[in-house]
Amino acid sequence: MDSSTRERRIAEHKKRVNLIFKKCVWDDFLDRALEMSPEDMLEKVKESGLRGRGGAGFPTWLKWKFAREAEADEKYVICNADEGEPGTFKDRAILQEQAGKVLPGMLVCAKVIGAEKGFIYLRGEYAYLLPALSQEVENFNEKIREKGERFSIEIKLGSGAYVCGEETALIESLEGNRGEPRNKPPFPVSEGYLGKPTVVHNVETLVYASIIISEGPECFKSLGTSDSAGAKVFCISGDTDLDEGIYELEMGMTIKEFVELFSDGDIKAVQVGGASGHCVPRKKFADTIIGFEGVPTGGSMVLFNSSRSMYNVLHNYLEFFEEESCGQCTPCRIGCQQLLKGIEAVKSGEKPSEYLDDLVKLAGMMKISAKCGLGQSAANPFISIVEHFREEIMY
Amino acid sequence: MSPEDLISRSAEKHGRERKNLIPILQDIVRENSYLSEEAMVSVARELDISPAEVYGVATFYSFLDTKPLGKNIIRICKTIICYMHGQDEVIRAIEDRLKIKLGETTPDGEFSFLPTNCIGHCHKGPAMLINDRVYSSLTPETAVRAVEEYI
Amino acid sequence: MSEKITLKINNIDVTVSAGATVLDAARKLKIKIPTLCNHPDICVAGNCRVCVVEQKDSGALPAACATPAAEGMEIHTNTRRVREARKAVISLLLSEHNNDCLRCYKNGNCELQELATEYTVEADRYISILKDYGVDKSSPSIQKDDSKCVRCQRCVRTCANLQDVSALWISGKGRKNKISTFMDKTIDYVVCTNCGQCVNRCPTGALTEKNYIEEVWGAIDDPSKHVVVQTAPAVRVALGEVLGCETGSRVTGKMVTVLKRLGFDRVFDTNFTADLTIIEEGHELLRRLSEKLRDGKDVPLPQFTSCSPGWIKYAEHVFPEILDYLSTCKSPQQMFGALAKTYYAEKAGIDPADMVVVSVMPCTAKKFEAARPEMNSSGFRDVDCVITTRELGHMIKQSGIDFNNLEESLCDSLLGAHTGAAVIFGATGGVMEAALRTAYEVVTGRAVPFENLNIIPVRGMNGVREASVKIEGCLSKWKFLEGAELKLAIAHGLVNARKLAKQVAEGRSPYHFIEIMACPGGCLGGGGQPIPTNMDIRMKRMDAIYSEDESLEFRKSHDNPEVIRIYEDFLKEPLGKRSHKLLHTRYTERGRYRTLNR
Repeated sequence: MDSSTRERRIAEHKKRVNLIFKKCVWDDFLDRALEMSPEDMLEKVKESGLRGRGGAGFPTWLKWKFAREAEADEKYVICNADEGEPGTFKDRAILQEQAGKVLPGMLVCAKVIGAEKGFIYLRGEYAYLLPALSQEVENFNEKIREKGERFSIEIKLGSGAYVCGEETALIESLEGNRGEPRNKPPFPVSEGYLGKPTVVHNVETLVYASIIISEGPECFKSLGTSDSAGAKVFCISGDTDLDEGIYELEMGMTIKEFVELFSDGDIKAVQVGGASGHCVPRKKFADTIIGFEGVPTGGSMVLFNSSRSMYNVLHNYLEFFEEESCGQCTPCRIGCQQLLKGIEAVKSGEKPSEYLDDLVKLAGMMKISAKCGLGQSAANPFISIVEHFREEIMY
Repeated sequence: MSPEDLISRSAEKHGRERKNLIPILQDIVRENSYLSEEAMVSVARELDISPAEVYGVATFYSFLDTKPLGKNIIRICKTIICYMHGQDEVIRAIEDRLKIKLGETTPDGEFSFLPTNCIGHCHKGPAMLINDRVYSSLTPETAVRAVEEYI
Repeated sequence: MSEKITLKINNIDVTVSAGATVLDAARKLKIKIPTLCNHPDICVAGNCRVCVVEQKDSGALPAACATPAAEGMEIHTNTRRVREARKAVISLLLSEHNNDCLRCYKNGNCELQELATEYTVEADRYISILKDYGVDKSSPSIQKDDSKCVRCQRCVRTCANLQDVSALWISGKGRKNKISTFMDKTIDYVVCTNCGQCVNRCPTGALTEKNYIEEVWGAIDDPSKHVVVQTAPAVRVALGEVLGCETGSRVTGKMVTVLKRLGFDRVFDTNFTADLTIIEEGHELLRRLSEKLRDGKDVPLPQFTSCSPGWIKYAEHVFPEILDYLSTCKSPQQMFGALAKTYYAEKAGIDPADMVVVSVMPCTAKKFEAARPEMNSSGFRDVDCVITTRELGHMIKQSGIDFNNLEESLCDSLLGAHTGAAVIFGATGGVMEAALRTAYEVVTGRAVPFENLNIIPVRGMNGVREASVKIEGCLSKWKFLEGAELKLAIAHGLVNARKLAKQVAEGRSPYHFIEIMACPGGCLGGGGQPIPTNMDIRMKRMDAIYSEDESLEFRKSHDNPEVIRIYEDFLKEPLGKRSHKLLHTRYTERGRYRTLNR
């Protein structure tokens, strides 16, 4: 596809799918939302088919329902802005441009579950967003206080730990601890921050929740597929000739369609979902759907052209994990180190190529026995890259 | 302000509850760039917890250093995407300009040059943070210029 | 009644109470699931992943220890996936581990070794990522070797959950994850009470007592040395465990025989000085009560017991403001050392310079206590060498003596006689009970009003216990105590001690006398006792202690004939001049937050 066709197609797509970054005045949103009953709001979100946008894809309404039904004197809403997955930067853009839609999302969730306190856990790397975001939050708190609401939001800053993006690790960090994921169950919706029912949502999920409440579930539901309703914000990086980076796209696209749109065509692999995601090789582009029925993603799409060494890619990801694993559980702490050492040893000839098979088994074990979702997914790039680019790892 | 005062003021501001440990540590780092032994002991005292606990929490977080760092901290993204766009040359240029290696602090204590994990500017790599400010789409020249803003 | 849950494990139905884990349910069926980070005394971690099981309809393998049992759940504990995952986890742990088992002190009593054997794991399945750690040998009590650590964090949870000390914490992240003291300083330097509870719960050789076995053999082998040994009350109800006896076996007589056979010149008993402690400490309490109640003086009350060196160091660090409330009595171990090198040396005509006093203790903190610079009132270091129950076990094994078929014998005289009151020092509440048996009788001339001298209200395993004794029918000297209600409290485990100490520090303690033992269960659960430990084991040792008490002729410290004799011949009177010099001590304010620069 020539570049002008691509540009036109992207523009068309942007026109059709424009929920998050649409410039709109939301002055009356709060009034409309506050008139709605929590039941109505819950129903709308259920109707929309919205699932968590952080990557795991848990149905949003169900989280709300569980937290709503939990009995407790205090409940919390947390906006997870600890966007640490390599290749992901959408939450930063959303917070910079559309904080005005994030905060109402928190309010809506709070109204449904019965919370009076919300936190935004902002990653330390984004500390420069703090001045503007604090102002925004202050204004918002003031505005809803005037409307007689008891809910208020506070920003907490992270300090550089990838694993704090995992919701229970985030809660641990908010409680002043090392960000080590907890055992689940109990899930945060029943025992979260300070042991109280807590809903943790990705920034993007909250924005979509706002939009769904404001404009009705149809605007969301009409996009995407049945398993992966709606749209999603994608972060496009790597070997793309477009420099914009952030696109809101309809769910359910194949990788082939995606690559045609965002590159000049010389792409040998796409890493979907960041370092903890899956590497999809060219031969699978056509039949891989981006979404919960295919490869799910928190938004990161990294394109690699034919000049890139997949050994380097994998090596970089594994270095990342052996450092950013919280280290508490054996499969993740030692497993990540072994995968890294292992590919180095095979590359250097210290270990025979068959050792890769042992490591694939190990990676499979990590996936089923690590304590948390991050530990379980740390092996994903290893499994997919070794499967599809074994020669590059060996030689 | 003496470190003791800084810590007790910070503890006063955030509250002396265990859950406020990290904001207090962040205040110290903002002021002194790292957590000294004395600072960690003082925080432990303020919150009535063990110093080992403070140390354990601090060492979990990349931005809560327990070893002395320079006045300005350059953190360059070491993720693959920045690497694909010429992070190596940028690192070399900064190393040459500051006459230190990645991971080191200048002898005058002005700069620490550290690798860091993804800082969320992958579409504009290579990217780095100097203190809280982000610099992206770096070339060796723009990177050195950015560093020179702090000299 | 709590809710019941029925689930299936390996196709067998099992019903448990709500709150039980899959591991609990499996244990109920006597199905063994291997564990490593799990320990019944501390909170659940779910970190090691050795206990993974298969759950129907779940792709992942949950950790049995951290998964609540749920109605209708179907669990399988022995599938290919489970076995392979466990095997991989163990192999990973070995790849991070110093596998020099033959030279490891815990060789043969290591949970990792046991698992590796069970699962036929090859040590070199993965590349070794063992890092270069030094061994911290700085503390006289505890040795830390990070190269043997599996990061199960049992020690961290023990130090926090049971002891409220948190000398150890997890530090670093990812590959840098390790167990650290503050800034990874040496143990002798940080706030550590040397209680050794971490050692009791460490599954491997990462935390061990510092052992002095060779020093003791060296003294025995040196013909110019006169080597005397004392054994603490809790040793005799636990030593059997390391020598093939059932838990809770009393091996007092055999232990005395074996010590003689090992070559000690005299075998004495810490129980002797436990009785003496009661006389001194009881009188100290009565003196404080007189000064307060009769003379209206401002005297520090309640009086805390001071036998537990873990508690003493904890108080010195965390509650320096209450040090005046601690009894000035040395612990029985230190009273023994001071008397061995004075009273006994004099009677036996031995130059104390040629004497070596060895203690066998259920405790690692006793090693530190013996090394305190102030513990030299005999003019020499009062106690030269402290070994734990475990170390004695090693020595007995090394000697090749058939312990279980030994005849029984009695301790040597002068420092060897003891009463049941001394024996119960080994259990939480025992010092309190022993003190009451004596103090009540001193004040009233009658035995304590409890059936068979068993003061049941102060016994048991509750973390904090309180009791009161009404004093009636006082002798004329003690008339001011007539009708007084003596309020007593007992705590074991420093997390419980903290509650009582805090009350005193804040001036709101309602008690007169408080017994504190640093370790759960008291000395019977000490940091030097056989590994493993759990409530069931501690209860059996406790039963053994109380039955030993009941088996003895004398059960009140003041009835001990050798105690009576030492006052006649040597000390003259309780709290007298000689006692003051030899049997009492002072404490050092250490602070919890001193600036740690050396």
